[in-house]
Amino acid sequence: METTTRSSAIRDGLGVGLAVGLSGLAFGAAAVTAGLSVAQACVLSLFAFTGASQFALAGVVAGGGSLIAGAAGALLLGVRNTLYGLRLADLLDARGWRRLPVAQGVIDETTAVALAQPDGESARTGFLVTFASLYLTWNATTLLGALGTSQVADPAVFGLDAVGPATFLAILWPRLTADDPETRSLRAVAAAGIAVALAATPFTPPGVPVLLAALPVLALVLRRPR
Amino acid sequence: MSVWQAVVAVCLGCYALKLAGLSAPRRVLDHPGVRRFAALVPVALLAALIAVQAFTHGQALHLDWPRTAGLGAAVVALLLRAPFLVVLAAAAAVTALLRLAGL
Repeated sequence: METTTRSSAIRDGLGVGLAVGLSGLAFGAAAVTAGLSVAQACVLSLFAFTGASQFALAGVVAGGGSLIAGAAGALLLGVRNTLYGLRLADLLDARGWRRLPVAQGVIDETTAVALAQPDGESARTGFLVTFASLYLTWNATTLLGALGTSQVADPAVFGLDAVGPATFLAILWPRLTADDPETRSLRAVAAAGIAVALAATPFTPPGVPVLLAALPVLALVLRRPR
Repeated sequence: MSVWQAVVAVCLGCYALKLAGLSAPRRVLDHPGVRRFAALVPVALLAALIAVQAFTHGQALHLDWPRTAGLGAAVVALLLRAPFLVVLAAAAAVTALLRLAGL
């Protein structure tokens, strides 16, 4: 039983890590198309290592927007990793110096895989496998995508722009369809998050709508503390 | 601000934000409201991320038909309990084919 959940955590982690890691191709291509150098694209993937923030910065560079606003928007998007870290701190049980490398892995995908596991041991396994496979793939494909951009004129031709949202959908799906008393409130929270983000999009800079999606959760928690 | 300065600022800031969450005092997590908030908030943010990546372009709401159909294909694959990679491949393939067809 224990080996089954552990190997399923490894399978989940490898699946997510390799598949999402491939979209580093899209980032490398987008970054260089936006006017970042190959080195700048690679430094972002190595050290920022959080896709949405990286895409946000590249988008602002491409649009010729203010770099300060671009950096601020990228950081605002990164705030959700702080919330994931809060959630994962107990689960991962990373203390002292071990927190330093583990922190780099606290992102959407690793959090989703870790939280989808039935117990702490497989959660830690899922986190580490996702982190390792995603980190390696994401950085390798960033380099390839950046170098190959002159050949691949438009990643949209290959439908790569649909991979990002499809990834998050696939990650969220089991939590929204589970046979669980909590499922109904999770669905409501997801729907509210979508509504708020889309409603805020025309009125706030890129990056902010996704953050505002946390507000309905705040309202729910304050209304019915448990 | 040069592009390199922006890149370094984003790298340092993003790492600091991740570390801050892991390092927050345990007291913070002992509060049931914080616990519930931290449990629910990824669902809201991930859902919002899907909507924003799929249905907006900059600050405009924007329906890209091939991409939306690609997401539809992902939903069908998920309903059929397809493996993760098949879900992503279905989304990319349908989007690419519709673009090829000139939609």
